[in-house]
Parts: sequence; structure tokens; C-alpha cells
Amino acid sequence: MSDTHAQTVAYVRDTMLEPKPAPSTQTGAVKWLRDNLFSSWLNAALTVAGLLVVYLLFTHFFPWFRHSVWNADSLKECRDIITGEFGEGATGACWGVIRERWHQFMFGFYPPELYWRPVLVFVLLFVALAPILFTHLPRALLSFSAIYPLLAIWLLWGGSVWPVVMTGAGFVLGYLALKLLGNVNGIIAGIAAFAVPILFWMFAVGPIDDLLKQIVPISIQSVDSDEFGGFLLAITIGVGGIVMSLPLGIILALGRQSDMFLVKSFSVIFIEFIRGVPLITLLFVASLLLNYFLPPGTSFDIILRVMILVTLFAAAYIAEVIRGGLAALPRGQYEAADALGLDYWKAQRFIILPQALKISIPGIVSTFIGMFKDTTLVVFVGLFDPLKGIPDFIRSVFEWKGIYWEPFIFVGAIFFILNFSMSRYSMYLERKLKRDHR
Amino acid sequence: MKKTVFLGTLAAAGLTAGMAAATTLEDVVARGELNCGVNTGLVGFAAPDANGNWTGFDVAVCKAVAAAVLGDASKVKYVPTTGQTRFTALASGEIDVLARNTTWTFSRDTDLKLDFVGVNYYDGQGFMVRKDLGVTSAKELDGASVCIQTGTTTELNLADYFKANNMSYQPITVDSNAEGEQQYLAGACDAYTTDASGLAATRAAFADPENHVILPEIISKEPLGPAVRHGDNQWGDIVMWTLNALIAAEEYGVTSANVEELSKGTENPEINRLLGVEGELGAMIGLDKDFGKRAIMASGNYGEIFAATIGESTPIGLARGLNAQWTQGGLLYSPPFR
Amino acid sequence: MATASDAPNQGFRLSQLIYDTRYRSLTIQVVVFILVMGGMAWLIDNTVQNLQQLGKDFNFGFLFNRAGYDIGQQLIPYTNDSTHGRAMLVGLLNTLWVSLLGCVAATVLGIVIGVLRLSNNWLVGRLMTVYVEIFRNIPVLLWILVALAFLTEVTPAPAAYRVNAETGEAQASMLLFDNVAITNRYTAVPAAEFTRGLGAIETPLAPISLNFLALAAVVIASIWFNRRLVANANKVQETTGFRPVTWWKSLLILFGPAIALLVALGFHLVPPELKGFNFTGGVNVSNAFVALWLGLTLYTAAFIAEIVRAGILAISKGQTEAAFALGLRPKRTMNLVILPQALRVIVPPLISQYLNLTKNSSLAIAVGYLDLRGTLGGITLNQTGRELEAILLMMLIYLAISLTISGAMNVYNKSVKLKER
Repeated sequence: MSDTHAQTVAYVRDTMLEPKPAPSTQTGAVKWLRDNLFSSWLNAALTVAGLLVVYLLFTHFFPWFRHSVWNADSLKECRDIITGEFGEGATGACWGVIRERWHQFMFGFYPPELYWRPVLVFVLLFVALAPILFTHLPRALLSFSAIYPLLAIWLLWGGSVWPVVMTGAGFVLGYLALKLLGNVNGIIAGIAAFAVPILFWMFAVGPIDDLLKQIVPISIQSVDSDEFGGFLLAITIGVGGIVMSLPLGIILALGRQSDMFLVKSFSVIFIEFIRGVPLITLLFVASLLLNYFLPPGTSFDIILRVMILVTLFAAAYIAEVIRGGLAALPRGQYEAADALGLDYWKAQRFIILPQALKISIPGIVSTFIGMFKDTTLVVFVGLFDPLKGIPDFIRSVFEWKGIYWEPFIFVGAIFFILNFSMSRYSMYLERKLKRDHR
Repeated sequence: MKKTVFLGTLAAAGLTAGMAAATTLEDVVARGELNCGVNTGLVGFAAPDANGNWTGFDVAVCKAVAAAVLGDASKVKYVPTTGQTRFTALASGEIDVLARNTTWTFSRDTDLKLDFVGVNYYDGQGFMVRKDLGVTSAKELDGASVCIQTGTTTELNLADYFKANNMSYQPITVDSNAEGEQQYLAGACDAYTTDASGLAATRAAFADPENHVILPEIISKEPLGPAVRHGDNQWGDIVMWTLNALIAAEEYGVTSANVEELSKGTENPEINRLLGVEGELGAMIGLDKDFGKRAIMASGNYGEIFAATIGESTPIGLARGLNAQWTQGGLLYSPPFR
Repeated sequence: MATASDAPNQGFRLSQLIYDTRYRSLTIQVVVFILVMGGMAWLIDNTVQNLQQLGKDFNFGFLFNRAGYDIGQQLIPYTNDSTHGRAMLVGLLNTLWVSLLGCVAATVLGIVIGVLRLSNNWLVGRLMTVYVEIFRNIPVLLWILVALAFLTEVTPAPAAYRVNAETGEAQASMLLFDNVAITNRYTAVPAAEFTRGLGAIETPLAPISLNFLALAAVVIASIWFNRRLVANANKVQETTGFRPVTWWKSLLILFGPAIALLVALGFHLVPPELKGFNFTGGVNVSNAFVALWLGLTLYTAAFIAEIVRAGILAISKGQTEAAFALGLRPKRTMNLVILPQALRVIVPPLISQYLNLTKNSSLAIAVGYLDLRGTLGGITLNQTGRELEAILLMMLIYLAISLTISGAMNVYNKSVKLKER
């Protein structure tokens, strides 16, 4: 064909025709509309219905938002302003309540001059999370993650620094015991790792604590639990519950995977029991029954009791998530660990758990989202949650009686922003992890 | 205290066995703070203001007890309790006194193991309706929807009342006074029923109180008073006589303004004993002799507290009625201080 | 070949309990057992001591005492003279009722949204995405409260339906040919009544309506006959290649007897009528119920939509193409190829959503709907002061419901499990 000369053939066109524009129905907006909105009669009907819904929502809500009033100190004032500006019968949003009370939605009754403390804790939370979520960050940051929970407790509740330090010291002692005795005998080390901190906390902490308080009295203003409220309370319970439930959840997950009949049965019974009852009944256990189960005379504040029950609740769900992660690991990983001659705990620590936990992170994040939403239920045991407790309290004063929609929208929007970004993050992580495995 | 408890929990607290059960008084003194169970928010009786400071008629009782026991009316931790949680909170030791407009009934006093130490407000259950409904008597409420707070004695009274009068009704249960208000104002119920004082407080908060009437029928006796745990009589006596001190103070004309002056000694031996000038009444209940004086100084005598929180000059505007001193035709009657 | 010899038998040594893998698991189990039992004993001992200190006992006798309170919605007869036990039963039925209706509505709504989200209609797809994201990222409590606030604040009071004597008009009008009235306290719907009813059998639990039994029997019989008819038609088709026309016979068999029975019993709807304060005659469905149902439905539908979408996306396109290549028509492709595979993916998470919905129905507390928690764990607990008994019993009942649902899920999972050969 190479020696065929086109110009020798007279009837062959030697110049290219200018391309014609595509038919108007196949280009630009029209094509897009036809493809995406009106590709069939059914689709067209759906589009019209969708437009109608959007239109109805818009006409119902837009005027209400447009008539927003920020500078008012009571609902009545709001209504007067709206009537004055937009005429009789106009409705509008009264954001004055948010302007005046936003701090209670956020912090409850936390002393205003100390707001920096919860804010700092919240910011540091991200610093502590960063090395766990982003593996390329320096590993040294992990040590900050480890001390973060104690730091957060100290900053939130205040008081002397020593009890918190002593708690941390207990963990360090346990770790040291494990390290030192680990060379001698694994089992003794394991027992010591539990026993040393507990003995330390039970007997040594009191005197050392008193002594240190006298020598180096470092303390910040202490804040009682009953001053917590709003999103501070929700986030404290949510994050605290998840963090404390992780170790328990891992143990339960391993227990459920175990070959040992009794261990497995106990784990299954615990997990299924907790998952089988509504959180609200567990909260009632926290507020009404927990004191029955503890030795006579012990009593501690309701937030702590709620957190204990929320931790148990979360642990059951986390256990199921981690079990999923364990099950997703290829069998070969277990066999390889066995082949290397690692014992059970070493295999779990070096081979199984790092991988299983990694692929469980999206599940843990969704569990956290669920828990965070559920923290609103604490209102039913008399705590001031941001969704019902705080608005009910605000509505109990004369100025804001009868204000419903604005708090709903404000709190709902914050929940949405937090949960939506977390769920997006978890989806991103899921995609990234999927790629890692291929 | 909290910190030790926190550590205790971390170390699987209970294993260390509970603290020896001390008396409530010792507990409170050791803690330096009185745990007082109050309503989650009923204007006039107990409600936090915009800054979270609690005020109200029931709160004043907490303050008086704290002042009597600890010498400082501000050393109170207010524990908001719901109708659900209030009795357990008391039984479990979470609170030392329950001052949450709680009705004194036989079964609560006995079966629930509470001890009511007195009555700080004589109340009764009533109905509130809109004026334009044209109803003038509760007997005309046949077939009406009635909003009612769950977990209270009002629920049982309502059932009994309609049954006794051979009428029917649709109960619309609500969880809190705030919710009841919302439903009633929206017209979701024809009548709202709760203690008459609560109705007055609720109506006072409406934008148009004049359009609502409280029906004349009072269908129950609701003596409201502070309660303590059954079994610790010393503590019960302390709360009881603190309350009585407030009531007696009004009877003898001791007010927060003149208490300082009167405590220098008066002609009236009863006042002297009340204020600890004479005798050792305080020691008999484990307190010092000034407890009555401090209780009165906390927020005034009964009459002053009433006037400042729920009286006629407040938006709630309750008349003294049954809650006047016995000398004025009311039911308030403090046993003698001697 | 090296001969493997057993380790010399040295008899049993105590250290073997720890170091010998044969015995170690036994040791661990014994230790765990002792620890768990010890913990339980500790809890029980504390409880006994605490009860003693409070002078209380552990006794379910209160369930047989007079309750004394009224319940707004009751599926079985109940008055304030009934016992606490019966109040509990009424509450339990209310829980199950709202859960059942919630599951049904959420499934329908969820499937519609899930399918629409996959549609190639840009606008509808986006709207559904917005719906799903908004509803599942905000606590269900908010949706229940919003539904209640909407119903109480926006809908008219029953009095608004009263015809004004002067103008001859009412402020609000009923829907569906004067059959349904949505008010700010309840939704009044017509009641079904039979003029020549068969009566009911009185049982201690609840009267069983004979009308209902008869109708159920007729419907089941009709379905059975219809299946026979279809099976017969298939047989004819297989032997002769010619399929007899069945559709009108099917319709007749399915609906004929049932309609005939209803007519014979004199079935009719009684529309609600405004009398005095309230609508009477029909059935008044309380707003608490509607708000709870609506909140649960809207919230759970968002999750179900995601499950349905994931289920459909999980079936690769190759399956459809293969089915077409085999000459299956679209309907059969759907029924025989796509759905069985998609359902295997969809049903387990769907059932766990049902479980969640049932557990979330305990949020009835927020709207004052008297469910199990509202009766047994609410008013009964309060009036009797038996918190230990009431809450333990309530948890056990919820646990039983959950285990039943997850048991059903396991049975289903077994039946659709891929049979590996």
C-alpha cells in the first residue's frame, strides 16, 4: 500500500473536510441534560419530581433563613425585629440564642476563664492521633500519644498533677516489670506486669502522692464533672469510651477467636449480651444499678459511671470490628508466625495485631461515629448533652422559652460536620488500605 | 476525693473494699461539700441561671443545710435528678439530701426507704387549660387529652380522679416540665396537670399568661418536702431542724437582716435557743450551737425564701395560701426549739 | 530415615501445666474460669450486701400488683386496675409494634433511596446522596425530636377541624376524603369494623378476633391454591409447550374469597369524627408514636439505602451479561441471577439494621411513647422503687428480642451460604 499515490486517483478527495459541529442535541449542556436528567420518560419524571422537592424545600426554608436575627436577647425581641423588618406574619430564624449561649452548647458549665483547657486538649488530640493515623510521621511522636490520655485527664479535670503522674508511673512500672522479668520467665513477667502496677496503686500511691503534693505542689484549678456539658461532654465520653475500650476490645476479640472453649464462651456471652441491649438500658445501669454492684459505700460521679458503661458498650462493638480484621488476615500470616517459632503473644504482637488493627481502623472510626452520636442519650440520666440537655436548660429561662429549631439546626450541623468528615476520612483510609493489599 | 476514686477505679477499685460506712454527717464534713439532689430545671424551685448557678425555693433548702453543717452556703454540689433517678440517687449515697419537690407518701416513706423530714411546700394537683376552651371545672374534662409528667404521683392521681368521676381521658405522657409546656402550648393537650405550684410557675413563663386558667379543683394532697436516706436518723434530724429553723425564724420575726443583731441575745428565750445564744441544741444533733443562725443567714427565713423565689412579687406569683404560718391560718408549724 | 522417638516419659510434673502446650490451655481456662466466677461472686455479694443495707429484697412480686397508671396506646386491653406485669406486656407489644412498622417502612424507603441513588439521573442521585449523608451523620435522637416538634408545632389542633358556626368553614380540612386528620396530638385514621362480625375468643392475654382469624385462613388458603394453579400451569407448559392463561384465575383466587368474606362480614371503615375535645370513632394514632416511628424510619432508611446500593454494586456486570448470553429475559435475570446473589450481600447487614432499629426504639423516652422502657423501666420502676429487678428484667427482654432476630439471621445465612463442593 505504501506506493499507492493518492493524487493519482482523481476521485479521491485530497483535502480534509472541516469537521461538522456535532448535532446540537449531542453537545454541551443539552447533551448533558439529555444524558443525565431526561434520558427516558421515567428519568424525566424523576427529574421533575426532584426539582419540585428542591423548590419546595427552598421556598419553605429560605425565607426563614433570610430573616435571620443575630442581635437579640430573647425570642420575643427576635420576633419583634422580624415583624418590624419583614412585616406581619414573617417567620425567621433567631440565632440570638446561639450567639448568647454558644459557649454552653460547647462547654456546658465549664468555667469560662478555663475554656483554653478543653480547647488545648482537643487540639492535642489531633497531635496524639497523627502518628497513629499517618505512618510516615516520626515514631517518637508515639510517646506523646501514650501520655496524651493522662495529660487530657489532668487538663480537663484539673487539680494536682501528681495523682495523674502516679497513674502513669504505675503503667511505667508494669512495663519495666515486663521488660526486666521478660528475660527470666515470660509467665512470671506477665503476672508481674499486672500485679506490680495494681499493688503500686493500691498501697504506694497514697503516701507518695501526699508527700509530693507537699514538696512540689503543682496544681491547676480543679473542675468538677458536673460542670461538663454540651459537646465537651459528648466528646469526652465518646473519645474516652473508645480509647479505654480498645484494650478490652482487643482482648475480647482474641478471646472470641481462641480455641479454648471457656475463654471463647465468656467472650461470646459478654459481647452478645452488650450488643443485645440498647445503650439506654446500660446508661440506666450506670445511673441506677452500678452502685448496687460495687462494695457498699463506694460512690463516684455519674460521668465516670457513664464512661465505664460506655466503655463496656464500645468494647463489645470494637471487639467485633477487630474480629473482622483478624478474620480478614490471610491464613498464611498465622502459619508463618507459627513457622518462625513465635509463641502466641509474640505472634499476636509482631505479626497479627499490627496488621489486623490497621485494617480495622475504618471500622473503629465508624464505631466511634456511632458512639459519638449515641452520647446524646446521656441526657436521660440527667447529664447536659448538647442535643437535648443544654437546649432544655436554655429553654427553661423566660427569654428563650419556645425556641426549638435553632438549637436543633446548630447542634445538628456540628454533629454533621464532625461525623461527615470522620466518615470521609474512614472511606479514604479504606481505599488506601485496599490498595496496600494488592 | 474524686481523684482517689478515679485512681481507685483504675486499680479495679472495689478489690480494696469499700470505705467503712461512716455516718452521712461525717461523710459530708469530710467531703466539705453537700450533695443535694434537685430538679433538672423548674423555674422558681430549682433551675440553673445563665451562668449555671442554681437558684430557687428547693435550692434554698440545700443552701441552708450546707450553711448549718459546713458553715458555708456555697459548699453545695447540685445534682440534677429526673423523676426516674431521684430516689436511687439518694439510696445509693450519690446525694445526701433530696430537695426536688417530692411528694411525701406512705409508700415512699416506707417501701422506698426514704425519710421525709418535713414539708416545705403544701401543694395539690391541679389542671391548667386555655381560657378559650370555655372549661371552668375539671369535671368538664371528659374525653380531653391531658399532658402529664411520667414518673410522678400525678400520674396515679389523674387515673384515680377520672375514674372516680366516671370520665375518660387520653394521657399524653411527657418526660419533663419543659416538654409538657411545649406540648400544652402547641395545643397537643387540652389540659396540663401537675402540682398547682408547678402550674403557676409554668403559666408565669408563658407569653400570654392571661389566656390560661388554672381550674379550681385540687385533686390531691401533695406535701412536698426534702427527703433523706432511711436509717441515718442523726442526719435526718439535722435536715429536719434546719428546715424547722427556717420556719420558726419567720414565726418569730428573725430575718436575714436582723439575725446578726438578734443573735446578740433577746428577751425571747425561744429565739435565743434558735440562734444558739442559749442552750446547746446544736450539740444534740452533732452540730455547733450556731447552726440555726447560719441556716437563716444563708438565704433568709422561710418567708424571705418564699418571697424571693416563688412569691407574689416574682413572675411565678404564688400566694402563701396553705403555706402561711399557722398563726396566719396556714399549715406551717414548727415544733418548739427546746 | 531418622527415627522419631517420644520424649522419655518422666511422669507428670507441675510445671507442665504452664509449659506443656497440651496442658497449658487447660490451665489458662481454669484460671479464667476462677477469675470470672470470682468476679461474678464479688458483684453478687456486693449486691446482696447493698440490698441488705437498704433493707430491700430481690423479688418480682411487684409485677402482680395493681399498676394504677394509664397507657396511651395499648394493643391489648389494659386499664389502670391491671397489674404491673400486664403494663410491661403492653409496653413490650408497643416496642415490637413500633419496631415492626419502622422496619417495614425503613426497608421500603431504603430500597427506593438506594436504587434511586444508583440511577443515572444526576439530580436524583445527588439528592439521595445528600439525604443519606445528612440522615446517617446526625443522631437519631435529633430526628425523633424534630419529628415530634414538627408534629406538635406545625400541624393544626383538633379544634381547628371544627366547623365555625358563623363562617361555615373549618380552619383545617381532613385528608383522603375526610378519612384522615393529622392533628398536633394524634393522627386520626378510620377504624375497621364489621357489622356481622364473628366476635372474639376471650383469652387471658388478649381477645383474639375471629374475623381476623377467618380472614387470615382465607388468605392463606388462597395463596396455596394459587401456587397449585401456577404449578399446574408449569406442568402443562413443560409437557405441551403451551402455557395456559392464568392471570385472571390467579387474581380471582387471590382476591375473590377474601373480598367475599369481607362483604359477608359487613366490613366497613368508620371515619373519625370530631366530638367534644377530640376525634372519636376512628383510631387515634398518637404523635409520640408517629414521631418515634418517623424518626426511626428516616434514620434507618439512610443506612438501608447504603446497604442496598452496596449489594447491587457488589454483583459484577459480567453476571448480567452472562445471563443475557444464556438467553434469559431481564425479569428472569433479575429473579434468578442478580437478586439471589445481591440478597446474600444485603440481608445480613439489613437484619442487623433491624436489630439497631429495635434497640433504638427505646428512645421512645424522648417523646413519651410508653414502650417497654417507658412502662417497666419507667413508671413501674418509679412507682415501686424496684430498680434492680425492673432493669434486669428489661435488659433480659431486650436481649431475648435481639437474640431472636440474630437467630433468624443465622438461619437465613445458613440457607443461602455458598455450597462449596
